[in-house]
Amino acid sequence: MTATQTPPATSSTTRTMVAAINDALAIALERDPTTYLFGEDVGVMGGVFRASDGLQARFGTDRVFDTPLAEASIVGMGIGMGLAGLRPIAEIQFAGFMYPALDQILSHLGRYRHRTRSRYSLPMVIRAPYGGGVHTPEQHADSPEAILAHVPGVKVVIPSTPTDAKGLLLAAIEDPDPVFFLEAIKLYRSTKESVPDGHYTIPLGKARVVTEGDDVTVITYGGMVEVSVKAAEAARAHGIGVEVIDLRTLVPMDLETVLNSVAKTGRAVVVTEAPRTGGFHSEISANIAEHAIDSLRAPILRVTGYDAPYPPFTAIEDVYRPNALRVARAIRTVMGY
Amino acid sequence: MTNLSPSDTAASDTAAPTPDALADFPRHAPATDIPFQLLAPDGTAPNPDALPDPQIRLSLYRHMRRIRHFDERGWVLYRTGRLGVFPPFKGMEGSQVGTAAALTSDDWLFPTYRDTGAALTLGLPIARTLAYWRTSPHGWHMPENLKVLPFYIPIATQYPHAVGAALAEQRKGTKNVAMAYIGDGGSSEGDFHEALNFAGALNAPCIFILQNNGWAISVPTRTQTRAVNLARRADGYGIPGVRVDGNDVLATYQVTVEAVARARAGQGPTLIETVTYRIAAHTVADDPTRYRTDADTAGWAEKDPITRLRLHLLAEGILTEESDAALLKEIAEEFEAALNEADTYPEPEPAEILDHVFAEPTPQLVAQRAEILREVGE
Ligand SMILES: Cc1ncc(C[n+]2csc(CCOP(=O)(O)OP(=O)(O)O)c2C)c(N)n1
Repeated sequence: MTATQTPPATSSTTRTMVAAINDALAIALERDPTTYLFGEDVGVMGGVFRASDGLQARFGTDRVFDTPLAEASIVGMGIGMGLAGLRPIAEIQFAGFMYPALDQILSHLGRYRHRTRSRYSLPMVIRAPYGGGVHTPEQHADSPEAILAHVPGVKVVIPSTPTDAKGLLLAAIEDPDPVFFLEAIKLYRSTKESVPDGHYTIPLGKARVVTEGDDVTVITYGGMVEVSVKAAEAARAHGIGVEVIDLRTLVPMDLETVLNSVAKTGRAVVVTEAPRTGGFHSEISANIAEHAIDSLRAPILRVTGYDAPYPPFTAIEDVYRPNALRVARAIRTVMGY
Repeated sequence: MTNLSPSDTAASDTAAPTPDALADFPRHAPATDIPFQLLAPDGTAPNPDALPDPQIRLSLYRHMRRIRHFDERGWVLYRTGRLGVFPPFKGMEGSQVGTAAALTSDDWLFPTYRDTGAALTLGLPIARTLAYWRTSPHGWHMPENLKVLPFYIPIATQYPHAVGAALAEQRKGTKNVAMAYIGDGGSSEGDFHEALNFAGALNAPCIFILQNNGWAISVPTRTQTRAVNLARRADGYGIPGVRVDGNDVLATYQVTVEAVARARAGQGPTLIETVTYRIAAHTVADDPTRYRTDADTAGWAEKDPITRLRLHLLAEGILTEESDAALLKEIAEEFEAALNEADTYPEPEPAEILDHVFAEPTPQLVAQRAEILREVGE
C-alpha cells in the first residue's frame, strides 16, 4: 500500500461514494466560510445525484446556490470568485456538459497563476459526474479526462472509493490551484464502505495499490478500478498475480508507483473507458515506454472505449465500456507474449 | 408530410401574406407583458373573427390529442419497461403543436428532448419516435422527407445550427425557414444569445421558440433570470419578440404563422416565448415533490390546452362528442400500430457502436470493429 495515507482511526460510518462526497462538501463548507457551492440544481434539489443533498438547508442560499443554466458562466464566475479570494466549488451536472465551458477552461482556468506570476491563484474545484455503465442518454456518459488533463495549470482527480472520494475532495478543495474532480456515476451508489468521520485529506498525486501481484501491472482509475479488480481476481484463479494501481490523480500523476510496479512485473495493461485515440491511457503508456522500457517483457496494452461517441443504446452500451472479460484477455495476452 | 390527415396541409395555412399584413408586424410585440391570447381557458373567444379557419382549429386539436396520447401511453410503456426514460410534455401541447404546425416538411426543425410533440406534429413517425426513447439507433434514422434532427440533449447548442440552416436556405434562394426550440433554462446559455444576435445581424429566416414552462429541472424561472418577460430579450438583438399564451394553441399558431411568413418574406428572425407549464416531472424518472409544491402547480391544470380548445370546438359545433370519441379511437389505433412496428425493429448489433463515425471508417475503426467481433464472438 505504497502511498495511501491512512485516515486517523476515529469513528467511521458506512457510506456510499455519493454520501462520502456529500460529507466532504459539508465539512468544507463548515470549516471555511469562504467556501461556496453552486451549479445547476445543486441547491433545492441537492443535485441530480444528491451529492449536495441538504447542504442548502444547512448553509443557506448564499453559500449553496442554484445558478442559471450556463456552464461557461458557472466556470467563468467561479474563476472570478476564486481570483477575489473565495474558494468556489462548482458542479457541472455531467462531465459531458463541460464543453460549453471549455473556452473558460482553456483560455483562463489554468493560466491565471502563470500570467500573473503567482500574484493570483485560483483555488477552484469543478466537480462533475462522468462515465458510463448506467444507461444514460446521449452525452451523459462521456469521459473527457484527457481533454482536461491536457490543459496546463489544472489538476485532475478521479476517486474510486468512498473513503478516497472524501479525502481527495477535501484535499482538492484545500489545494491552491484549480482541480477537476470527476466522479464515476457508476460508483455513486454501487460501493459502500466504512468511511472515517470528520476531516481528513488524501494527498493529490499519490496512487493507491489496490491488489498486489508480481506478474502484471494494471493501471487504471475511477469507474474502471472495480472492473480491473474483477479481472485481477479471475487471473489469480489461474495463478497470475496482478497488481492493480488506482491512479486517483491524473495530474499530477504518481509515476513512481507505476514504474516501481512495472519494474517488478515487467508487464503493463492500462484500462480506461474513454475513447482510445489520444486518451489518458496513451499518456500512461508513453511514460512507461519512456522510463521503463528495459523492464518490459511484453508490449503495453490499452483496454479502452472505442473511437466512436459513447453509445446511449441500452442494448449494446456494454460493448463500448470495458468489462472484466476484456481486461482479463489483455492480461492473458501480455502473459503469453 | 406525414401529418394526421391529408387535408392537414400546414403549407397552405402559411400562404404568403400580403405586404400590408406584414407592415405592422409584430402585432403582438411585447409592448405588454400579458401573453397574446385568442381563447380564454373556458374556451370562449372574445374576438371570433381573429380565429383561424374551423378546419385548421380541428386539425390543431387532432395534433394535440395525438401527442397527448403518445405522452400518456409513454408513461405506461415506461412503467412496464417498454420505453426508456423520456421527458414528458403534458400541458405543453398547445405550445408544441401551435408552433410546429406552422411549418411545412421543407422547413427545418431543431427539437430539444422535450419536443417529442413538435416533432410528431411535423411528421416524425411515431414508431421512430418510440425507437428513439427506447434508446435504439432506429430512432436516429430521420425520414428523408423531413428536415428534423434527432432530439438535442446538450442544451442550447443547436441554436446556432438553426441559424446556419436558415441562412443556408436563404442563400440557396428557397423560402424555407428553420425553427429551433429551447426552454426557459436553456435561454440562459451563451449559445442562445449568440444565435439570436447572429440571426438578427444576418437576417436569417429563423424562428426561435422559447417554451417557458416554469422550470429547468428543479430551478424555477425566477431563479434562472431576473427577467420576467423573456420575449423582450429579442429587443436586445433588434428582432421581434412575441409573448404568447402557450396553452392557447390558436394564439400560438397564429403568431407562429406570422413569424414564419415574415421569415419567408425575407424579414428575418423572430423570438416567440410560449408561456406554458410543465405539468408532470422533468423526466418520467424525476421526483418533482423535491423542489415544487402543489401551490406552484395550482391553476395550471385548469389552463389545459386541450380542454380549452375542446370546449370551444364543441360550442361551435366543429366537434361533437361522437366525432371526438371517434378521433380518440383512431389515434389509439394509429399508436398501437406504430408500437407494433417499433417492436419489429431489431436490437442493434454490438459492432454498430462504431458505425457512422466517419463516411469511411479509419484504419483504427476497422481494427476496433474486428476487435469487437472477436470480443463478442468468443
Ligand atoms: C449543456 C447542458 N447542461 C446541462 C444539461 C442537463 N439538463 C438537462 S435538462 C436541464 C434543464 C433544462 O431546463 P429548460 O431549458 O427550462 O428546459 P425544460 O427541461 O424545462 O424543457 C438540465 C440542466 C444539459 N442537458 N445540457
